[in-house]
Amino acid sequence: MATQNTKTLARLMMAPSVLLLLVWMIVPLAMTLWFSFQNYNLLDPSSDGFTGFFNYEYFYTDPAFFQSVWNTLVLVGGVLLITVIGGIAIALLLDQPIFGQGIVRILVISPFFVMPPVAALIWKNMIMHPGYGVLADISKFFGLQPVDWFASYPLFSIVVIVAWQWLPFATLILLTALQSLDGEQKEAAEMDGANFINRFIYLTLPHMSRAITVVILIQTIFLLGVYAEILVTTNGGPGYASTNLAYLIYRVALLNYDAGGAAAGGIIAVILANIVAIFLMRAVGKNLDR
Amino acid sequence: MGRITLKNVSKTFGEAKVIPSIDLEINDGEFVVFVGPSGCGKSTLLRLIAGLEDVSGGQILIDGKDYTNNAPAERGLAMVFQSYALYPHMTVRNNIAFPLKMAKMDKAAIDKKVTDAARVLNLTDYLERRPSQLSGGQRQRVAIGRAIVREPSAFLFDEPLSNLDAALRGTMRLEITDLHHQLKTTMVYVTHDQIEAMTMADKIVVLNRGNIEQVGSPLELYRSPRNLFVAGFIGSPKMNLIEGAYAQSKGAKTAGIRPEHLLLSKDSGLWTGTVTVAEHLGADTFLHANVDGIGLITARCDGEFGVTYGDRIYLTPDEGKLHRFDGRGLAIGNAGLAA
Repeated sequence: MATQNTKTLARLMMAPSVLLLLVWMIVPLAMTLWFSFQNYNLLDPSSDGFTGFFNYEYFYTDPAFFQSVWNTLVLVGGVLLITVIGGIAIALLLDQPIFGQGIVRILVISPFFVMPPVAALIWKNMIMHPGYGVLADISKFFGLQPVDWFASYPLFSIVVIVAWQWLPFATLILLTALQSLDGEQKEAAEMDGANFINRFIYLTLPHMSRAITVVILIQTIFLLGVYAEILVTTNGGPGYASTNLAYLIYRVALLNYDAGGAAAGGIIAVILANIVAIFLMRAVGKNLDR
Repeated sequence: MGRITLKNVSKTFGEAKVIPSIDLEINDGEFVVFVGPSGCGKSTLLRLIAGLEDVSGGQILIDGKDYTNNAPAERGLAMVFQSYALYPHMTVRNNIAFPLKMAKMDKAAIDKKVTDAARVLNLTDYLERRPSQLSGGQRQRVAIGRAIVREPSAFLFDEPLSNLDAALRGTMRLEITDLHHQLKTTMVYVTHDQIEAMTMADKIVVLNRGNIEQVGSPLELYRSPRNLFVAGFIGSPKMNLIEGAYAQSKGAKTAGIRPEHLLLSKDSGLWTGTVTVAEHLGADTFLHANVDGIGLITARCDGEFGVTYGDRIYLTPDEGKLHRFDGRGLAIGNAGLAA
């Protein structure tokens, strides 16, 4: 009986916050859904009303749609690959006792503090610029033709920029996981005859699996919506080569003032994000409930 | 074979000299216990033997061969850690099989060895579980299993029982002793608990501040401690150490008498005192008494000796079992050896 009362009381006390969160989430989603079925163009207020699935059809048949979905997945996958592998490598290095450890760690973390548009602009104008970028200088030093990164490899360039920003995050999380590895376990493995590679495979990697999962899940959430880096560097081009779903929505909504079409795109993006989430939870989610 | 010889082994951490210089011979098949207070360097010494720490000087020989600079895995020793150090994501089976897998043994042989070890250690029903699903004693046995399958030339135990509750500790003490009789392999065991040392060891090495105070069988150390430190460390309750007129009358700076070598009486005796605390253990009672002119004395008496707080009692030391120590704390003669 007492437990029953406690439960009821607990539910009652939690209700306001749950309700607030629910409203917070449901209202914008419902409005987006509503707009996605409306004829709603800011330039043409006269033609309004229900249009059924026209907006979806319009967005779906956009010539850039499939490419942008594919680009979104490549962007997420590419950045995850670089940050997880690179993050593990850097975390392993930072875990070694070195001189000036504190300063080195702060330096490694610092790219995370740079705002995305700023980071992208720095990469665009100071590193990847074919005229006066650092990479161009290096190419010239070796007598090679400088590469125009954003023209030749637009999506790859954006993957590199975004990965640079997220690498510190992955490193930080993986480093803390690495530091929580029990010293006696490492020594036991050493006594058991495991060399460095075996210790990494059988001890360190399984120990870090939960942290790796967290990195993948959190990064995926943010990477699905990468937008600023594309806007300030390639503008989604050339053609649609570096347009992802978030950027396509911006194009449809802002460049054509088509709120209805953009809403439909948003809903499609939500569906895509959920599909990705289901696959991710299937693949790595079991690491969380250990 | 597992004969371990330490020659002039020393260890310094930065400025701190943890082990100045140690010579020690551990014979094949012996159960040797390193005992001492915390910070005496006993764990460091074990880790030096294991190869987990590098020696600052001296040599470590195993079966006469110099292993001073070899990696831990090359020394053919197995270690059981205080925290057990089981691999949390592996099943018990994989934990025990891990060293064999690292040695690239074929699968059938591994299976057989793991099954055998599990049977010896009563772990057969738990082979598919994870360490987190086991009790403390079972984890301890898995850690021992992981050590056994390698068939090492010697086992190293680093305070393996300190995380267990008192009852389980008693059981595991018996199990490890029993295991030693079965395997007849050299075992080196580190503990701060003198009861573990007394009950398990063939040979006890008493360490203090990185120096060996005394080496000997449990009863040797009990009967004839070489100095005050060993006298105070071995034996429970602790030996009474008496200074002043009584000690001088016996020609010593300090006189030592164990609580069990005091004869108690309610009517007559050499000393008189007032009981401050009586600890009734059932079979025995430990009496703490404030003895006139001497100070606090602990005495062990029969459980039925009915006295309580504030009672006057008479105590008579068994002078045949008196220990005498000179000004430097070294034993004079060996009174205890006569007993």
